[in-house]
Amino acid sequence: MPASTGSSFILDDPAPLVEALLADGWRVIGPKLGDGAIVYDEIESASDMPRGLTDEQEGGRYRLREGDPNRWFDYVVGPQSWKKYLFPARQKLWSAEKGDNGFAIEPHEDDFPKTALFGARACEIAAIEVQDRVFDNGDFTDSGYKRRREATLIVAVQCARSAATCFCASMNTGPSADSGFDIALTELDDGGFFVECGSDRGAAILDRIGPAEAGTAELEAANAVTLKAAGMQTRSMPDNIPALLRENLDHPRWAEVAERCLSCANCTMACPTCFCSDVEDVNDLSGDHAERWRVWDSCFTLDFSYIHGGSVRRSTLSRYRQWMTHKLSSWHDQFDTSGCVGCGRCIAWCPVGIDITEEAAAFAAEPLAQEG
Amino acid sequence: MAQDPMLPRRYRVKRAWSELSDVSTMELEPIDGEAVPFAPGQFNMLYAFGVGEVAISISGDAADTDKLVHTIRNVGAISGALAGVSDGDVIGVRGPFGSAWPVAQETGRHIVFVAGGLGLAPLRPAIYHVLNNREQYSGMTLVYGARSPDDLLYADEIKAWKSRFDTEVEITVDHAAPGWTGQVGVVTVPLDRTLSGSNGAEVSAFVCGPEIMMRFSVMSLMAAGVPEDKVWISMERNMKCAIGFCGHCQFGGDFICRDGPVFRHDQVSRLIAKKEI
Repeated sequence: MPASTGSSFILDDPAPLVEALLADGWRVIGPKLGDGAIVYDEIESASDMPRGLTDEQEGGRYRLREGDPNRWFDYVVGPQSWKKYLFPARQKLWSAEKGDNGFAIEPHEDDFPKTALFGARACEIAAIEVQDRVFDNGDFTDSGYKRRREATLIVAVQCARSAATCFCASMNTGPSADSGFDIALTELDDGGFFVECGSDRGAAILDRIGPAEAGTAELEAANAVTLKAAGMQTRSMPDNIPALLRENLDHPRWAEVAERCLSCANCTMACPTCFCSDVEDVNDLSGDHAERWRVWDSCFTLDFSYIHGGSVRRSTLSRYRQWMTHKLSSWHDQFDTSGCVGCGRCIAWCPVGIDITEEAAAFAAEPLAQEG
Repeated sequence: MAQDPMLPRRYRVKRAWSELSDVSTMELEPIDGEAVPFAPGQFNMLYAFGVGEVAISISGDAADTDKLVHTIRNVGAISGALAGVSDGDVIGVRGPFGSAWPVAQETGRHIVFVAGGLGLAPLRPAIYHVLNNREQYSGMTLVYGARSPDDLLYADEIKAWKSRFDTEVEITVDHAAPGWTGQVGVVTVPLDRTLSGSNGAEVSAFVCGPEIMMRFSVMSLMAAGVPEDKVWISMERNMKCAIGFCGHCQFGGDFICRDGPVFRHDQVSRLIAKKEI
């Protein structure tokens, strides 16, 4: 039976899917082992993916461990996110040459082949959907982002376990993705994969394989997998956090967390939704050729808020407050969604283990009296 | 949008002149295509070839579509390169961006402009609008404060405004110099005096200058009974894109580049009282 959106199938392992994507001309980006962590890079076969590994994550801590050698996806998210493909850390915007009428500007379009993101987790799909809103804000559209996004196919992996840093369940972003994917895989406890088709593009890939249809038993087994993953989560975000932070800008907790925060910007680099950028204007030695580059930036740097006369946010307190209130509160005002998807990267990759859920809980436990 | 908002358009400097020791004004005309209309209070991103780009408010008359006018203070590498342009030079322009002084909607009211230092430049298009349509307004007052007599921007033009019978102009400087016979002190002193002779309920105020000067000016306006929803201020923050993508200009939930730079005071009053937002 041909695949269609909503139909479901069974696969023994992900290899035929990787092969079908490559045969259909997709560049496939998937999880790989790199520098002791799960990173995202181009894969040429399913065997490039790090089978049999699992991860331990805590505040300021990330370790890979040997797990069940038969399991494909028993780790969760690592330091990188798919952001590095859809919103690259360095993008050339244009170049200019001196000449008649001053100079001539040549727009730059990067080469982005059609790309399958293989193994995107529910929180990561939620993060991509957050950035979709950021880069199409009603007045302006980031044409480069839009072009890359439209050339992207998503193969989701529904999480079979949660790390100690995960809190997607409380953000309503996971551990199971209901939409936003072309194909979704759930690795079943007894081996094999429950495969959901999420789009026509996904159907076209599945039809190249012709997998067996799934029955009710496999559907129930898949639901049990993600339910178990959700049940493993110990961290959570308070529901009222947007209002709580808006009303607690003068809370003493900010000074307390600022004593621990190194203002290193790691959380913003690891965050899959952080979108701030800087521009760099560069010249060659002749002075006749200039380029503009857009690069990731962070609200934790002193330069970020510089205007004539000095930086607006001079203290670490003000920079941590900006990041956390933006992520969890003012993001709602701007984009009608939280900027946090509960992936836990900012917790694991903070060198001093600052935990955004612990900070949020501190405000919830002792809020200041509401401002008049 | 037809044009990629991140791509500068080329403009030729028709004329550039020095206003103050570190401040210059330039008149620009487009090389690529037609002039783009703007509203008083809006800004452009100006690009000096190979050096970089900064946000600069438009300081000319919106009704005069022949030229685009910017006044720039030399405070760094980019603004220095822009303030140093000569007639015939070419710079890049993106814009106009941002919100506007809603001066055209405030007809029938007593318009009070409060400017501090270079804050007069973004207010000047709104001042031109009121002067060009003076009969539509019940009154017009400009209260302008500068650091010293040598720092008074558009001095000849202010003299001409002051000589009009339908316009009240109050000038003050922080520090006097030999030959100065005018007022000395902060801008709120002449502002309070002006307001004491006016009906605050009829005033619509447009305020631009350093944040501390705007905070105290707003306090004076409120104390005189000016309705909170009849006061507008213009905010400044670091900007890299001007289209809401780079994140630099955030002020709470607002992007100064898109939601501002001009805000009705009650939209930002909660945060403007806080430090390091």
